[in-house]
Amino acid sequence: MSENEHRGDCGCKNALYRQLDAYIASVPRMRDSLIPVLHQAQSIFGFLPVDLQEYIAKALDVPASEVYGVVTFYTYFTMQPRGRHTINVCLGTACYVRGAKQVVEAFSELLGIKIGETTPDRRFTLTAQRCFGACGLAPAVMINQDVHGRVNPKKVAELLEQYK
Amino acid sequence: MNHYRTQILLCSGGACISSGSESVREALLREIKANGLEGEVEIITTGCMGMCEIGPMMVVSPEGIFYQKIKPEDMAEVVREHLLKGCIVERLLYKRVDTDELVRFLEDIPFFKLQKKIVLRNCGKINPEKIDEYIALGGYEALGKALTSMTPEQVIEDVLASGLRGRGGAGFPTGKKWQFTAKEKADQKYVLCNADEGDPGAFMDRSLLEGDPHSIIEAMAIAGYAIGASKGYVYVRAEYPLAIQRLSTALDQARANGLLGEKIFNTTFTFDLQIRMGAGAFVCGEETALMRSIEGYRGEPRPKPPFPAQKGLFEKPTVLNNVETYANIPYIIMHGGAEFAKIGSGKSTGTKVFALAGHVNNSGLVEVPMGITLREIVYDIGGGIRGGKDFKAVQIGGPSGGCIPKEHLDTPVTYETLPALGAIMGSGGLIVMNEDACMVDVARYFMDFIQDESCGKCTPCRIGTKIMLDLLNKITHGDGSEQDLEQLEFLAGQIGQSALCGLGQTAPNPVLSTLRYFRHEYLEHIRDKHCRSKVCRSMLRYSINAAACKGCGLCKKACPADAISGERKAAHHIDVDKCIRCGACMEACPFTAIEVK
Repeated sequence: MSENEHRGDCGCKNALYRQLDAYIASVPRMRDSLIPVLHQAQSIFGFLPVDLQEYIAKALDVPASEVYGVVTFYTYFTMQPRGRHTINVCLGTACYVRGAKQVVEAFSELLGIKIGETTPDRRFTLTAQRCFGACGLAPAVMINQDVHGRVNPKKVAELLEQYK
Repeated sequence: MNHYRTQILLCSGGACISSGSESVREALLREIKANGLEGEVEIITTGCMGMCEIGPMMVVSPEGIFYQKIKPEDMAEVVREHLLKGCIVERLLYKRVDTDELVRFLEDIPFFKLQKKIVLRNCGKINPEKIDEYIALGGYEALGKALTSMTPEQVIEDVLASGLRGRGGAGFPTGKKWQFTAKEKADQKYVLCNADEGDPGAFMDRSLLEGDPHSIIEAMAIAGYAIGASKGYVYVRAEYPLAIQRLSTALDQARANGLLGEKIFNTTFTFDLQIRMGAGAFVCGEETALMRSIEGYRGEPRPKPPFPAQKGLFEKPTVLNNVETYANIPYIIMHGGAEFAKIGSGKSTGTKVFALAGHVNNSGLVEVPMGITLREIVYDIGGGIRGGKDFKAVQIGGPSGGCIPKEHLDTPVTYETLPALGAIMGSGGLIVMNEDACMVDVARYFMDFIQDESCGKCTPCRIGTKIMLDLLNKITHGDGSEQDLEQLEFLAGQIGQSALCGLGQTAPNPVLSTLRYFRHEYLEHIRDKHCRSKVCRSMLRYSINAAACKGCGLCKKACPADAISGERKAAHHIDVDKCIRCGACMEACPFTAIEVK
């Protein structure tokens, strides 16, 4: 985690910050670039800790408080480090009526974590979402970017095995 | 260009990809090569064909044979039997649920037969990543026609004449929106596309962007021409990575072909589009919130007026339409508004795409003329209820909509009839529910959703939905009283009238509609502490049928709460006070001796 401890003003440019700088340089230095930059930053760093937010605030000339306001408004952005794999259980209506609740419980029990938490070994983060449009496959689970359809509590263990 | 004797359309919609269509494609390619058919057979990966339930699927043309639930290991047989010998592989054909009859052609499957495809005209027919295929089916002709032979006023006239109304939910006439924005004088105007498809259970926008992205680009350029805008944004949910990827590929191709950029079709018209990714806020589907989000702020709505037509994105006149609305535009321009208006019923013209899901046999995307009845959608197209259970309700319109019971199944679906029943057209999510769905729990589910997604800017929505959720939780936990129902109705009225934006104003709908049609279920929860669908766990009573119990002890082992007692080979007993109602005993019992009430 040492690379995330660098502060924006410490002058230290490690590889991750350089990647982010390159992206920031490619977009107009305008307020409406903030959300695309946050997306990029999260995909580079995995999460958006306060020091990274301050760095972005400076780079885009937006008050740090407002960057924080945006990060905390949108559920896609996270200030907590995530696991290597993010499990996203769909709790949309179609999945819900076809037993998604039991699927969440199965993941939760097997991993010993609740929704929004990460396993101590940082292997998995468990999240729930309202519909990612795979209703034809309900109940659906998205692990990273792979959608798994017709998941039932009994399939959960097998599913986790695919992600080391 | 190569000429192939056979083309195989392989569905690569989101659902089919997750059912394994990618490995099917690889296997098919391998078999084609192994048999030396590379020059004769072409594989075209298409967008969603619609019937997600039976994917992955493919169509072998020119014969048009439709194969479903295909697996990589089936491909050797398909190549050997069908492509080499010309024999149909019957075991991969679709079998009708009702008659067990095998169906060879896609069009003959009841699911497809009753549909009318305007919006989804190209989905499942072309490779969405190839602009040539879109153009070959008449793509960008409408843009050419508008730019070279119509004035902006004529374009708006046509859209007005079509009677097209916003497909995102509210149903505002699209032509009017365009007209208001065109009238405004400004140095810059914007065209926006709302692809922040947030209603749980709706996935037509996703399928359109994944299956036919050029149709949206073309329509937005037409809108730009009509209102005098040179810039536009497509606001897509971050949850739809494939849609974003295919749309950006399509944008690059459109630019490379001179269909976006400067001097389009050698006219003075300049137009370009950018993609903006959402970040997981349901409220950003509301127009003013969406614009704030593009501007880089928290996506909070603001009061209207001023309307976006006067002051929208960056305070400039803006037109914002939904993905499905745009997909109608090229058809309207090519065929004329009057022709479009002939489809549908009364003031609801054209078609509507519904995402059919839940306890229905054929889930997937269906496009039907407005005015069709719910019964036709659920039974004739959807194939009825799965597993022979009873129909209970259909939820239409997502968190702003309502649940419609059996007695209203023959209602034609229009913008006027649905609100009269306490639902709305909404974005077109149609969730079919059988007797296993508890309507109080469904109401609680939607209130939980809204309460979670409320942006918090206005008090009625922020606090009101929380109180309503608490009341519903109380009822589903068996602690409700009849006064709670009055309180729910009172709050519903207050929130509906006083919330700032559409999200809050329509938030009480799921509660109101379930109270209207399923009040008896609420009363059972309150008076009898009974949930007839066995969903509300705290009301369940597990017991062991002594006659069926063999005394094997498996349930006792499985029980995490030590609530089961009994000697070996004698009937066991559940202590209701200790029971945590987890159902583990029921799963463990090999004799189905455990009963739940």
